[in-house]
Amino acid sequence: MIRNAGIAAKLIILILLSTMTIFTVAFTYNYAVSKRIVLKKVKNDAGNLTLATVYRIESVMTSVASVPNNMAGILESRSHSRDELNALLRSVIEHNSSIYGSAIAFEPYAFDPDRYYFAPYACRDNGKPKLLFLGDTYRYPSWDWYQIPRETHQAVWTEPYYDEGGGDIIMATYAVPFYRHRDGQRQCIGVVTADLSLLWLQDIISAVSIYTTGYAFLISANGTIVTHPDRNLIMHESIFSIAEARNDQGLRTVGRDMVRRGRGFVPITDFYSGKKAWMYYAALPSAGWSIGVVIPEDELLADLRILTNKVFIIGLAGFLVLVIVIAFIAGTITRPLRTLARTTIEIARGNLDIELPEWPSNDEIGQLSRSFENMKTALKDYIANLAETTAAKERIESELKIAATIQRSFLPKRFPPFPERTEFELYATLEPAKEVGGDLYDFFMLDDEHLFFSIGDVSGKGVPAALFMAVTKTLMKGLAAPGLPPHEVLARVNAELCIDNESSMFATVICAVLNLKTGRVAYSNAGHNPPLLLKRNRPPAWLALPPGIVLGGLDAAHYTTAEIILDPGDMLLLYTDGVTEAMDTRRQLYSEQRLITVAAEASRTSPRNMVSCILDSVQRHSAGEPQSDDITILSVLYKGAAT
Amino acid sequence: MMKTPALLPALVLLLPALSCAEPLARVTFIPQWVPQAQFAGYYVACDKGIYARHGLDVTVLRGGPESPPSELLERGAAHFGTMFLTTGIIKRASGVPVVNIAQVVQRSSFMLVAKKSSGILKPADMNNRTVGVWGPEFQALAGIFFRRHGLSVTTVPQSATLNLFFMDGVAVASAMLYNEYHTMLNAGYDPEELSVFSFHDLGIDVPEDGIYCLEATYRTDPERCRRFASASLEGWTYAFDHPEEALDIVLRHASAAHVATNRVHQRWMLHRMRDLIASPGSRLAPGILSETAFADVVAELRTGGLIGSTPAFSEFFVGCRLP
Repeated sequence: MIRNAGIAAKLIILILLSTMTIFTVAFTYNYAVSKRIVLKKVKNDAGNLTLATVYRIESVMTSVASVPNNMAGILESRSHSRDELNALLRSVIEHNSSIYGSAIAFEPYAFDPDRYYFAPYACRDNGKPKLLFLGDTYRYPSWDWYQIPRETHQAVWTEPYYDEGGGDIIMATYAVPFYRHRDGQRQCIGVVTADLSLLWLQDIISAVSIYTTGYAFLISANGTIVTHPDRNLIMHESIFSIAEARNDQGLRTVGRDMVRRGRGFVPITDFYSGKKAWMYYAALPSAGWSIGVVIPEDELLADLRILTNKVFIIGLAGFLVLVIVIAFIAGTITRPLRTLARTTIEIARGNLDIELPEWPSNDEIGQLSRSFENMKTALKDYIANLAETTAAKERIESELKIAATIQRSFLPKRFPPFPERTEFELYATLEPAKEVGGDLYDFFMLDDEHLFFSIGDVSGKGVPAALFMAVTKTLMKGLAAPGLPPHEVLARVNAELCIDNESSMFATVICAVLNLKTGRVAYSNAGHNPPLLLKRNRPPAWLALPPGIVLGGLDAAHYTTAEIILDPGDMLLLYTDGVTEAMDTRRQLYSEQRLITVAAEASRTSPRNMVSCILDSVQRHSAGEPQSDDITILSVLYKGAAT
Repeated sequence: MMKTPALLPALVLLLPALSCAEPLARVTFIPQWVPQAQFAGYYVACDKGIYARHGLDVTVLRGGPESPPSELLERGAAHFGTMFLTTGIIKRASGVPVVNIAQVVQRSSFMLVAKKSSGILKPADMNNRTVGVWGPEFQALAGIFFRRHGLSVTTVPQSATLNLFFMDGVAVASAMLYNEYHTMLNAGYDPEELSVFSFHDLGIDVPEDGIYCLEATYRTDPERCRRFASASLEGWTYAFDHPEEALDIVLRHASAAHVATNRVHQRWMLHRMRDLIASPGSRLAPGILSETAFADVVAELRTGGLIGSTPAFSEFFVGCRLP
């Protein structure tokens, strides 16, 4: 997807992703560390508050506990009468405002061998001490406050309980066993108690306030809720029953540590508000009860949250600014690029006159813009040149076509050329390599008995060669005359050609004169390939040529005439190097050897057959290859003097 | 919600013909312990008007360690009460003329529990240790266990709380699966920290709660006794079918009696009572007392020397018999 997005989108996505990652990491780290710092401080605060509360409660409980402890000492010192015990209890209630009631409960029959129960009990009734006797319907030996100290031989704080007579007052009793030596044995003879109303404790705990809604609660040694802002929980629920009801294993674990007198600062789900909270808890040393101070996490982290939110908003704003800046930068890059792209499309369509956008700065975009401008100008010039050149070329080609037409019109093209003559047959062809070639052939009757024929090849190709060929042919035709031997014709043509031959062009030529009555051929050579002589019933043979240099090469050149006699049926085959040097696809030459072979196998009955047979053979040889040179073949068959 | 079809046959058998015109008979009922879901059926029958529909105006007295039903029945302070089968037999054998009009719980949920930290992992470890046991009714039951394992223990009367056990005043405590065991769990003890000796698992599977009255009460008006038993079982059915409503009723009674309890605990208890009374695998339909079970308990009690004479089954159980 991103691959297809524009540069601007890519920049925005990638930069924003990177920035967001950095920001998130920094943000998270900052939050975690700040939270740890805050929690550390809160732990200290909550710990101090909890321990201060523990100390306040503990001091009250210790002072209350000291009373039964002292009473036990008094009771163990000697036996007391019923009145003495009553007076003691009365005095305890009168002098200890924090004690709600006090009992001296004896083991069955221990005070009076005739009485099963004996337990005087003094309590506060409208501020005045009131004396009761426990027993009969209240079987105190099976109550915790009696049984536990008796069985454990320890002074204990009982679990908090509802006062039987006093309504909703929660009490706890400090109970101390007392002993007497009987028959040499230390025997427990009773338990002395002090009842403490826990109303004051509830006041102390409910006065604990931390943050906005932070609160404290107290649980007994069994985990029972003793004080809590939710009064419905008090004495009915334990921290474990709440944990079970809420299926909160974490709370149960914390509760287990609390009832084991542990101390800690732990995250919990507050069972009062249901919110995440932190709790500091510590035990009351004497009773094993535990105080928990609960602080909702959102409150203790409130400042941190506000800071976090602000940082988040700043971050968000920063992202927006970043988006705008990136979009702007990307725009400055992509806008000219898009314009250039559009312009390029126009240029590709051929509109080279379109204006390229101006880019003032010399940055990469400016350089690209100027390169485009230069390219456009160069293209424009090139195309202008090309048009000119093409026009010129077309003109030349057109002229060359005309030249070729003119050149071909020089050559005799009517075959058979002299149908009334029975002494010979002649056929010639010129296959031009280009529009205008440099080869030539010619033949004409000098008089009634003599046939002049020639073949030539001008150096070079194209128009100059054609012009040189035209000049050579015209000179040859103009200078050839009855009785003038061929070497003289060549010498004269050469002399003419050498005059002002500044282009240093030359031509190879063989010219020959055939006496139709005798079959005698006089011929002269100017640097041309040797013709083939095909004597009747004999294999082809190269015609021996007299020496002679090319025409137009040297004005004092000397030529010689040689002679052979043709018998009726003999044939002469003249050709240019376009035949023997024709190349096939492997750049193999056609060669003289192949020419001899083909000529030997061909029918000698007609020059036309011979010529076309050799031409076919050459064209087959060079099939697929462009023709590199003019191919010219001329063949003369002597048939004997006319009868 | 699961219905409790197990109760239905007994109900049909016990269902008396009722005349609507008759004024309600005022009767009192004493459960053998403080208000809790162990007696949910009776509280529900009372509060939902089931007793009234059976022509009874029932006052449920407040039970507890101070008020053993056998004593209240004997004194005439209550017409009906619940007791363990062992208690009933002992009382009958000792001359208290009580009769069983319905055996509600057919199996035992009694257990002895020790903290593993006290070193008690098997019955033999209890030797020479102190064991908290409730009144004589439970001592009879625990006695079977002690005799069977040849244990010499010091029993300490166990109060309404487990605090003596928690404070290590006793090494072993009596517990009912439906009550004290859960109290232990909810005092922060995990099951794996406790050694539990379940009497059901140990094969001392003595039927527990049954409804009793004095033989004289039964003789005077057997029809009223049948109606009470029938309505009580109907109360149980209703309680099991509407557990949350039953818990509301139980908690109301518990709250009125200042019983420190909570819904979680009472729910546990009600569910265990359902297991005991109406579990599909129960040996017998509630209400019926098996003569075999009766004979087994009598034999155990005789072995322990807790009874001298053997009460006759036909005289002891006057409820609905197996056909």
